[in-house]
Amino acid sequence: MRTAALTLIGTSLFGLCSLAEAARPLEPIEIDIRDKASLQRGAKVFVNYCLSCHSASYMRFSRIASDLVIPEPLMVEKLMFVTDKIGNTMEIAMRAVDAEAWFGVVPPDLSVIARSRSPEWLFAFLTSFYLDPSRPTGVNNLESRGTAMPHVLWEYQGWRRLAQQVENAGRGDSLSLEMAIAGRLPDSEYKNMVRDLVSFLAYLAEPVKPLRQNVGIGVLLYLAVFLAIAYLLKQEYWKDI
Amino acid sequence: MSSRSGRRSRLLDWIDARFPLSKLWNEHAAKYYAPKNFNFWYYFGSLALLVLFIQIVTGIWLAMYYKPDAGQAFASIEYIMRDVEWGWLIRYMHSTGASAFFIVIYLHMFRALLYGSYKRPRELLWLIGMTLYFLLMAEAFFGYLLPWGQMSYWGAKVITSLFGAIPVIGEDIALWIRGDYEVSDATLNRFYAFHVIAVPLVLIGMVVAHLLALHEVGSNNPDGVEIKYRKDSKGMPLDGIPFHPYYTVKDLVGIVVFLILFALVVFFIPEMGGWFLEHNNFEPANPIVTPEHIAPLWYLTPFYSILRAIPDKLLGVLAMTLAMLALFLIPWLDKSPVRSIRYRGPLYKTALALFTISFIGLGYLGTQNPTGLYTLLARIFSALYFLFFLLMPFYTKWDKSKPVPERLS
Repeated sequence: MRTAALTLIGTSLFGLCSLAEAARPLEPIEIDIRDKASLQRGAKVFVNYCLSCHSASYMRFSRIASDLVIPEPLMVEKLMFVTDKIGNTMEIAMRAVDAEAWFGVVPPDLSVIARSRSPEWLFAFLTSFYLDPSRPTGVNNLESRGTAMPHVLWEYQGWRRLAQQVENAGRGDSLSLEMAIAGRLPDSEYKNMVRDLVSFLAYLAEPVKPLRQNVGIGVLLYLAVFLAIAYLLKQEYWKDI
Repeated sequence: MSSRSGRRSRLLDWIDARFPLSKLWNEHAAKYYAPKNFNFWYYFGSLALLVLFIQIVTGIWLAMYYKPDAGQAFASIEYIMRDVEWGWLIRYMHSTGASAFFIVIYLHMFRALLYGSYKRPRELLWLIGMTLYFLLMAEAFFGYLLPWGQMSYWGAKVITSLFGAIPVIGEDIALWIRGDYEVSDATLNRFYAFHVIAVPLVLIGMVVAHLLALHEVGSNNPDGVEIKYRKDSKGMPLDGIPFHPYYTVKDLVGIVVFLILFALVVFFIPEMGGWFLEHNNFEPANPIVTPEHIAPLWYLTPFYSILRAIPDKLLGVLAMTLAMLALFLIPWLDKSPVRSIRYRGPLYKTALALFTISFIGLGYLGTQNPTGLYTLLARIFSALYFLFFLLMPFYTKWDKSKPVPERLS
């Protein structure tokens, strides 16, 4: 019966793990939300290029300053454009009605975007813009066809276009991009920049994650000691049964 | 020392003269005799109580900060996750607790199927338990709307629309449940009321009834042998041991092991790869954008799968309802002379194995898109699910059971 129990638990755990990868294959990326320098660089890109159309209205500037070890005066001066009250959340000046008129949709709030979309998807999205004259913004995106978002990081990545259809065994609609007009950064540096930004978005989605893991280790150590004591107590009571 | 213990016993006497404190303690713990051969499967009753306690306590704290308002609900959860001190811990304990509750309950129910714990004289205990299971599903369903994410919204929309399939009065019932023509702020408010007070109140009452019924008939055990027929000179069961201290200390070990697994999820994988917290639900509810793929959380998917396996909506809803109600009938469908799987023949063992595979299979399929092969599999599993009940009177009667020992082996 013990084996039956273990098999049952084993199969259910296996089932739990296999659902995680259901969507289309995405390149894995390495992000480290404990790397404060990377998060600071990402925060800089975020406030300069994202935070004018996208809000992050569940996050306070002060939380970022303390988590990322940015001195508050520096935070107010360099990273806050719409407000100078550091306790405020990351709102934008653009009104939703205007956004809808200009883009067709209201740009989504980015507070938890890395939890609804994965960091891998965000990375793929931000590196997959290409020139498409049929779009109002002049660009399209391989990860999200017909996206209303313009290529805001174009000056760094440059403009890319669809390459001639490459025959690729296995993947039906395999499309690749090639450089049309080079940007300020070589490809590898642009990818590092996007990686920093995605790391920041991952941090933004769950700022408590490092604390959560630290507390977790303490809790598990405590429970391990408790388990030993509980087990010995049980053995002591049960030795005469 | 003697004066202090004397004072304590005087206090106890004073209370006992006015309230059955010692009597309750003895009847339900110190002199409640349980079989001495409980195994792994017998931890899940006390664990269910523990998870209920976790859910109630964390739920009280969540309710202090949560706003049951379509315009504020989603934001108030993120407020709890970011600005409320230790709010993230309370919230993750509650969201993990919901799934943990179902894992524990499913294992608890499977135990009853293994050892025939629903058989006479424990039929009512089983009925109360099944009622608890359905209350728990209702509680989880109502609670799942509260984060007001895309899955919350569309899940509630799909489930409430099922009532619309009932002929003639269906649409009115759906309207009555939602309080609106669509899932809306009105729906959120009433689901909140159901989730925080109506269902938990009944749930706790039924848990008390479940325990009272259990302690009236006594616990079954892996051998399925009644221990109360063999008593010593003092009238105590020979194969029984007092629940306290023996099972309190044993269950304590189970509780700590459970808490270790629970902490692993809460602190390291709170989303459980999208099984405990769905990715889609981090997107605020949007009535005009339908998600590509709508599925309830994993613990409701076996029934959802049966619903989808039937091409006709009304028949699907009917099949789903029957699938739930069939569970209540088990004590009367099982004609076997023995309780435990240890003394049952190959027919019941095969039937139970097929049923278990079907249930888990239906659960998995319910989370996937119903494409060709998956729909076919869902239909096969649904058929096996119903055959388990329909044929139970026959295979349990024809099965070759082994002789049951008089005392615990």
